[in-house]
Amino acid sequence: MKVLVTGTGSMLLRGIANELINRGDEVVCLQRRPADAGINQNSKHVSADIRDVEAVTSAASGCDAIIHGAARVGIVGKWHDFQTTNVQGTENVITAAKKQNVSRLVFVSTPSVAHTGQSLVGAPATPATIGRKSSFYAESKAIAERIALDANSEHLAVLAIRPHLVWGPGDTQLIGRIVERASNGRLAIIGNGNALVDTTYVDNAVSGHVAALDALHVGANCAGKAYVLSNGEPRTVHELFRSICSAANLPYEPRHIPLVTGLFLGSVVERVWPLLRSSEPPITRFVAEQLGTAHWFDQRSFQNDCSWTPLVTLDEGFSHLAQWFAAQ
Amino acid sequence: MNKASPLDATLASFGLDPSWSRTLEVPSHDGAVHRWHLLGKPGTSDKAPVVLCLHGNPTWSFLWSRLMHELGDEFRIIAPDQLSMGLSEQVASRSYRERVADLSDLINALHISAPMWLVAQDWGGAIAMGYAVAHPERIAGLVLSNTGIAIPVNRRAPMLIRLAAATGLHRFVTKNTQIFVRGTPLLPGRGITRVQRDALAFPYRRRQSRHGVADFVADAPLNEKHVSFRDIAHVAEQLPNLDIPVRLVWGSRDPVFNDDFAHDLMNRFTNVALHRIADAGHLAVLETSVAPLVRAAIEEQAVDSPVPLAERSENEVATLWSQIDHWNNVNEIAISDAAADSSVTRPEFAARVATYAEELHRRGVHHGDRIAILVSPSIDLIAVVYACWRIGAVAVIADRGLGLRGLRNAVRASRVKFVIGPVRAGAAVRVLRWAPRSVFIRLNTLASAPVVSLVADVTAPEPRPDDLAAVLFTSGATGPAKGVRYTHRQLYAQRDALQRTYAITPHDSFVAAFAPFALYGPALGIATGLADMDVTSPSTLTASALDDACRRINATMVFASPAALANVVATATDSLTHLRNVRLVMSAGAPVPIKTLHSMSALCPDAQLHTPYGMTEMLPVADVSLDQLVRIGDGQGVCVGQPVEGCEVLVDTLNSEVMVSGPWMSAGYDSLWFTEYSARPVHVSNGQATKWHRTGDVGHLDGEGNLWIEGRAVHVIHTSHGAVAPVPLEVATETLPTVVRAAAVGVGPIGAQQIVIVVETSNNENGQASAQLSRDVRTALFPQAIAAVWTTKHLPVDIRHNSKIDRTAVSREMSHLLSGRKK
Repeated sequence: MKVLVTGTGSMLLRGIANELINRGDEVVCLQRRPADAGINQNSKHVSADIRDVEAVTSAASGCDAIIHGAARVGIVGKWHDFQTTNVQGTENVITAAKKQNVSRLVFVSTPSVAHTGQSLVGAPATPATIGRKSSFYAESKAIAERIALDANSEHLAVLAIRPHLVWGPGDTQLIGRIVERASNGRLAIIGNGNALVDTTYVDNAVSGHVAALDALHVGANCAGKAYVLSNGEPRTVHELFRSICSAANLPYEPRHIPLVTGLFLGSVVERVWPLLRSSEPPITRFVAEQLGTAHWFDQRSFQNDCSWTPLVTLDEGFSHLAQWFAAQ
Repeated sequence: MNKASPLDATLASFGLDPSWSRTLEVPSHDGAVHRWHLLGKPGTSDKAPVVLCLHGNPTWSFLWSRLMHELGDEFRIIAPDQLSMGLSEQVASRSYRERVADLSDLINALHISAPMWLVAQDWGGAIAMGYAVAHPERIAGLVLSNTGIAIPVNRRAPMLIRLAAATGLHRFVTKNTQIFVRGTPLLPGRGITRVQRDALAFPYRRRQSRHGVADFVADAPLNEKHVSFRDIAHVAEQLPNLDIPVRLVWGSRDPVFNDDFAHDLMNRFTNVALHRIADAGHLAVLETSVAPLVRAAIEEQAVDSPVPLAERSENEVATLWSQIDHWNNVNEIAISDAAADSSVTRPEFAARVATYAEELHRRGVHHGDRIAILVSPSIDLIAVVYACWRIGAVAVIADRGLGLRGLRNAVRASRVKFVIGPVRAGAAVRVLRWAPRSVFIRLNTLASAPVVSLVADVTAPEPRPDDLAAVLFTSGATGPAKGVRYTHRQLYAQRDALQRTYAITPHDSFVAAFAPFALYGPALGIATGLADMDVTSPSTLTASALDDACRRINATMVFASPAALANVVATATDSLTHLRNVRLVMSAGAPVPIKTLHSMSALCPDAQLHTPYGMTEMLPVADVSLDQLVRIGDGQGVCVGQPVEGCEVLVDTLNSEVMVSGPWMSAGYDSLWFTEYSARPVHVSNGQATKWHRTGDVGHLDGEGNLWIEGRAVHVIHTSHGAVAPVPLEVATETLPTVVRAAAVGVGPIGAQQIVIVVETSNNENGQASAQLSRDVRTALFPQAIAAVWTTKHLPVDIRHNSKIDRTAVSREMSHLLSGRKK
């Protein structure tokens, strides 16, 4: 099988590309920056912008499937930047798939497309909601997911996967930030730290996407659907932070910020920060909601439809993380 | 069939599928054609049994929205709006007789061929009964909820209806203002949501649209001069001739159609059963899920068992009081009460029972009358119960262990004709209105009655073995307390089972630190002792109090709840000489920690320690001794031993629920038809039908025939990997050195639940568990995934036994905490 993987600059997509190569698939990696050391050399590399429809189309030449993960993330930036990369980029991928007779498309989405700010307790994957102004990222991904799922047809099978809080050795997003704060003594917990939050160990995120790719074909049960992917092992925020600090051999001494304060700070920072800085801010309303309210999901439909179970338990993941930190 | 889309949007906002809504032009008996609005699910088969739902006043078909959502497509459910009501045509004022004719018109227009089920509430019920009397051949059965056909004997029309119908108030309350429309959903009950309230009031926003509401109230015949009085009275007279099943589904807190109306209907129909829903009110069909009850009512009729139930015993049995006059060792103590420092000899006890029986009978307590016995554990309690049994009165025994609220609900639910107790109890039944229409008998006035020496001399006729003897209440640890009915035959069989299982002889004597057990002493013909303790808190039993109770009767046997035993062990001293004579210690009600049994064994070195397993509905089921427990060792759950002789145990292969059967299984539940229907399946094998009791416990039988209990069926945790019973997890957690007691509960939706372990620790911790404890618990329970480990100072336990963990409450609290919201 020949697969185009876009967005291989990220830990997750890089991992997926490597997994496909290791099992013998032919892989084309598309990312903006030149290929880095983390990607298996047995793949073809295309350095291109997802907004360039010509480049995407030619990269998809001869492919059976596409895993589309290229996206603009974060909260800094203009709507135009998010819209062109995330929405147009997805339209470009669909155009390329149709032109090149690709029959399968896995769209890498995010649980924030259906985020309501409410507690999610064993929740199913609800449809993406559009029309919220708060986060350009979530809004653009929501539009993109709808476009992708609408493209599901008798020629092209499409499914969307929303991996929830992917982490693992080398992760700069979740682990990197917590470890950096903890080592500076600036780690804060928003809310009481009691909320149960599901996360995804990177190896599971990778194998889940690969299983979805294998299960997907025109007319398959999973075609046209969106799924949340996670370990299915929620832990309290408190325990997650404690386990991460413990893996990094750092003391766990968080400050506590009340949820309302966190939400308020997040809202203010979201508006003011992009005017002042180009780096990502320390807190956003979205992060405050994520860590202050329960977020865990009913994994049964994904596991049944895509014949997948997590390979690595959360506790095994933490010991891998500890070994990685020890080796650093 | 014109549907304006704004209406569709409105219906959708009420949670109604707009495609359910339609109108029908119905030719009327009055010569005109009237436009009816009705709700019905399109696409259901015309062959499906029809369930026609009729609302009352001031509601409309929305009343049935919950039932329509929850009742599957195996039924064709139709809910019309009565004329001038809801979204149906506004017509001129209509009397009861015309409303029945209207319903007939509608049913004809719907072309319903097979007999249908009518489900009706409030005045819809009266109209449904009117239709059933006129067209019995077209009705398969009735489900009636909070309705009535006549004002019950000895009471007046509901005050709220009288107020609403009062001249001068009537138009103001029902038509000129929304007081009646808006007030009805606010009546006491489990609560109607804001959306439901708005939906109920939706058709009645304008003054003109409320004339149907006003007419309905005006049509309530509050006196004999009313135009509809004769019509309704005629229907009421005909009801006993109706040969159809009637099931009453009753919100017990309804101030309008209250329990009196339910029992009025109970007395009018022949094939009738009542299910009383605790805490629900007038709109019970919207407040609670009644779909399972409607389904059960219909199913119950479909499967009539051709095989008669196996009669367990044809022969007459001895009576519970048969030994009282002929007790062995005549001069010994019959009953000793350590708290009151008093005792009675055997002839004294016989005289007391006989005197009370004669006096109660003289005061009008007759065969079959229900009498609530609100007497705290004492010699008098036991004497009153035997007196009631002797004259055939039904003893309603609700002990203080239910808590005051539970006691009140129990007395209310059992509709007693008499209450007996101290002055304080009289105040409760009158002032607090536990049983406002009952006759109160002051306990201490019985003693001054003329003495009758022997029970044999009591003039009242004796009851028959299959007459009802008692209504006992469950502890309510696993839901609202339920009344359990026992016949004389069943109670006597229970007495036999106890005697046989524990080899009780006339030389034994018995201290009961759990009052209901003390009742068996006279029936067993053994001396009985009550220990000095607070009955509402079993853990107040001290070692010296138990030893003292044993001293008074030279006890050979002791019964105490696990919590009571734990305190006895904790307060033990060296001077407990009388406990040393005990040959048998029994403890039941909840799992007994083996540590407690060992410590107790040290206090009574010659005693066998037994933990009977059973429930209010059937006791004993199984029994195991400490020696056996030690030999059997650990396993999945708690071992309760082999089924006792005469008791059959079956484990449901579908859900692992333990089912039991035997001669001392109770008759059923009181005013809980649906609960009894679900809990008492009939299995046919070898041409014999046996009735079983579903215990609500899950477990398994091992290779040696020992029964192991793994928890309550309702406490089973339904994870995405399958069902997980809580007790094995708790047992494994309790092996950790710092863990005192553990509860395993689920959070999240059924089928995707996560397991949470909550523990009491010896370090008195509170909140999220330490990293060490979390790790230890996860290691102990590996490979089961545990989402969170929590510590708490006190796990919630029931009042009666002080030892059953209320996992439902733990689960509720953990669900709240783990959502991240404030406590």
